[in-house]
Amino acid sequence: MKNQELNILKKIHNLASDIGRLIQIMEVCGTHTQAISRCGIKSLLPKNIKLISGPGCPVCVTSQEDIDAIVNIALSGVPIATYGDIVRVPGCFGSLEQARQKGAKVFTVYSIEEAMFLQKKYPCLVFLGLGFETTAPMSAWAIKKGLVVFSIHKLFFPALKTLVEMKEIAIDGFICPGHVSTIIGTKPYKKLKARQVIAGFEQKDVLMAIYMLLKQVFEKRFVVENEYVRAVNPEGNIVAYKSIFEVFEPSDGDWRGFGIIPKTGLKIKNKYSKFDAKKKYKNILNKIDFSRSQKPITRLSGRQTCICGEIIRGLKNPHQCSLFKKVCTPETPVGPCMVSCEGACNVEYRY
Amino acid sequence: MCLAFPGKITKIKGESAIVNFDGIEKEINTSLVKVKKNDHVIVHAGFAIQKLSSKEARQVFKIHEESGIKHTQKNT
Repeated sequence: MKNQELNILKKIHNLASDIGRLIQIMEVCGTHTQAISRCGIKSLLPKNIKLISGPGCPVCVTSQEDIDAIVNIALSGVPIATYGDIVRVPGCFGSLEQARQKGAKVFTVYSIEEAMFLQKKYPCLVFLGLGFETTAPMSAWAIKKGLVVFSIHKLFFPALKTLVEMKEIAIDGFICPGHVSTIIGTKPYKKLKARQVIAGFEQKDVLMAIYMLLKQVFEKRFVVENEYVRAVNPEGNIVAYKSIFEVFEPSDGDWRGFGIIPKTGLKIKNKYSKFDAKKKYKNILNKIDFSRSQKPITRLSGRQTCICGEIIRGLKNPHQCSLFKKVCTPETPVGPCMVSCEGACNVEYRY
Repeated sequence: MCLAFPGKITKIKGESAIVNFDGIEKEINTSLVKVKKNDHVIVHAGFAIQKLSSKEARQVFKIHEESGIKHTQKNT
């Protein structure tokens, strides 16, 4: 650890001791969850600072219904391309990876441009578009170029607002996502009366964000501060943000752990309905028995239930799940938080 | 899923650019940002999503370092 980090850490310890009481900080971005564990930050913090993982991993918050829908489309013979981890999330009809083992064509790509390249070989290819305001502009760009997308994109900020207003858990401050904020800017966060610091993903960024939140607690302030000024400006990336709403419109978003949160989903506008996989493959979707998708995921003859939903809301930690490390491991994940390398359970398991 | 990497633009190629990531060069889509050669960008899933400002990066740590020192002085 460099001097700069050690200095910040020292100040965190001083400030935490001045405050005295328990301080709960939630990081609402999966990349922060991973950075915190990778750098061993939890073990360096004073005992009265508790870091809680929130609903910031797009893979983890994808609902069972959405997984079941795309798996059924894949099993019907439609080639699917998508980003990494989501292919391993198990649904009632298996995961996309298991569909691939049964002969379905499922590709994982780093960039949506690779999906467009695959589309030349597989003209019926559907891209499963997921992620928040960071990846939605890329899907919008590809739809305009003629790629068919199954959108499970979500808007991060309205969901954070819902989480804050639910008040299920006393959070003293939020570490807000750096890269979502490169697109949306810092202004939207001001609508919330909560301590918020937008942070980058290096060890010193996270430590600095914790320090800045503690300082707000100490000084009894509730403001939005930007630690990640090298990449985030107040306006965000206006070109990218606007491009989302040229192609998508806000709709009900189905979040694992939360259920439907109005206006947090992104559905493809009618103007681009030709490229909307939900419309194109309506016949397949209409045949799916979604009542199965709404049941909790259980193991050990239905006696043990996956608690990913409560973990996403910050109400429980992975160690409180009876499946954790026993039947649910990164090799045999039961819920999405164990699948995604940024999911709270996966991170807890590995570090 | 929000992992992104900083890199430097070495060549503009219409809607894309060659970006150097600490020695490794890769073609990146730049349709979401207005960039020119030698700009630093942050790249996520094959797209440049924002320009990076190294000057501001240095500033934030300086500002808070100073503010932290003041706090320590006040409380010790």
